[in-house]
Amino acid sequence: MSPFMTRFRFVLSEVWQGISRSITLTIALIATFAISLSLLGVSLLVGSQVNEMKDYWFDKVEISIFLCTSGSDTATCTTGPATEAQKSQIRTDLEAMKPLVSEIFFESQQDAYNRFIERFKSSPISANVTPDQLPESFRIKLSNPEEFITVVNKFMSRPGIEAVRDQRATLSKLFSVLGGLQVLALGFGLAMLVVTSLLVGNTIRVTAYARRREIAIMRLVGASKMALRLPFLLEAVFGALVGGIIATGILSLIKGYLVDQVIATSFTFTSFFGWQAVVSASIICIVSGTLLAFITAWFGIARHLKV
Amino acid sequence: MIKFENVTMAYRKDGNPALNDVTFEIADGEFVFLVGQSGAGKSTVLRLLIREESAQNGTVLIDDINIGMLPEKEVPKLRRNIGMVFQDFRLLPEKTVAENVAFALQVLSKSPDEIKQTVPAVLDLVGLLDKANRRPEQLSGGEQQRVAIARALVNRPAILMADEPTGNLDPDTSVEIMRLLDQINKAGTTVIMATHDAGIVDQMRKRVIEITGGTIIRDQARGVYGYS
Repeated sequence: MSPFMTRFRFVLSEVWQGISRSITLTIALIATFAISLSLLGVSLLVGSQVNEMKDYWFDKVEISIFLCTSGSDTATCTTGPATEAQKSQIRTDLEAMKPLVSEIFFESQQDAYNRFIERFKSSPISANVTPDQLPESFRIKLSNPEEFITVVNKFMSRPGIEAVRDQRATLSKLFSVLGGLQVLALGFGLAMLVVTSLLVGNTIRVTAYARRREIAIMRLVGASKMALRLPFLLEAVFGALVGGIIATGILSLIKGYLVDQVIATSFTFTSFFGWQAVVSASIICIVSGTLLAFITAWFGIARHLKV
Repeated sequence: MIKFENVTMAYRKDGNPALNDVTFEIADGEFVFLVGQSGAGKSTVLRLLIREESAQNGTVLIDDINIGMLPEKEVPKLRRNIGMVFQDFRLLPEKTVAENVAFALQVLSKSPDEIKQTVPAVLDLVGLLDKANRRPEQLSGGEQQRVAIARALVNRPAILMADEPTGNLDPDTSVEIMRLLDQINKAGTTVIMATHDAGIVDQMRKRVIEITGGTIIRDQARGVYGYS
């Protein structure tokens, strides 16, 4: 066996003794790491969700003019689906509103269907949708989004138009709620991380006390600074790693169950973050937790351990 | 060669010095008693040698190396060359005799082969080979002190320091420990022993350095504990 392995096995057995000797403290350490890292992860996931929605919606649309389909039942749609004449009139009027209207994009039923399938490919509802159920629409960008009401007023009660929506305004409310949620989770997560780092310091103090005989002897026989510190560092890092793995499990549950099974089925207007977001949030949680453990342990040891 | 040159050391800045302008030399292979009342400064001499403390004034030298000026990362190397034994043995209660001795090698990352060879050899030296798998609580005080001596010797230090090693032992057991220390000394290890056990000092007839109130008041080649 190489000297490194010999040493490592010995250090691990010492760490294991330290952990089992103060098992309740180790559990507390792991639990606070798990909670704080989960909260951190949740705030990252909410962030991913906001970005997911913004990417999808903000760039594409500011105002949507939905045209009548055969299934529309509003007063402006009594004559059935929008006619070609109505459509070209709308386009001409929109062109005339330049430069307030900066971009005009016509989305056909097939376009709408393709986009719908793309966004909801993992959801069962996509199987029940056909292109003719989805409305054609003009998607417009405004050079000044604040003036959306001008556009709304101009097209609102025109025959052939089912609805005019400023989706940005609706989404903005949602985004501010999500943003608040994100800040909240991040705030709790950071506060918990502060508590966790205090607990790391405390764990080290208790471990140093429990191991005082060993430490005294190690110093006496000339153990290096690293040999003295390593068991403490490993114990803290162990707590962070196990806590991080638990947090990963919690985030996976949130995605796999809460988001995919519960929320996604009742909120069909948007897509949700994918597993990629869970993977990167988990990696960030584990890495930052381990780093935090390492750094607080390093300085904690310096306070409690004279070489 | 150990050299103290005008060493003054106070634990607190404003307090009385534990050692006051102390100068002496100990040659390689010597056996030296440090005697004096509790608090006279005996232990301080030992603590300065392993850099548990640093002197405010004067220099402490081992083989011409200034211990007080040693960079912090060199301190462990210094300690590997000095074995240390205490009145209270300082054994790890949950480890066996052999594990206690092996611990001193493990923390220095010695190979399992080396540990397997060295530990029985040193246990044999202190006469405890047959009790290698006992725990400290199953041993007498004298035996526990032998384990501590074995642990102090297992890295083959040039210097063995003992701080009141017989302080917790009855006179007969103390004599056995002294025989062991004498034997170790005769094999070439410098032995420095702090004690206030007059009987032992008188019996051994080794060099005696007497410290009172932080000052050396006697340094005698083949001394006894007191003049009386």
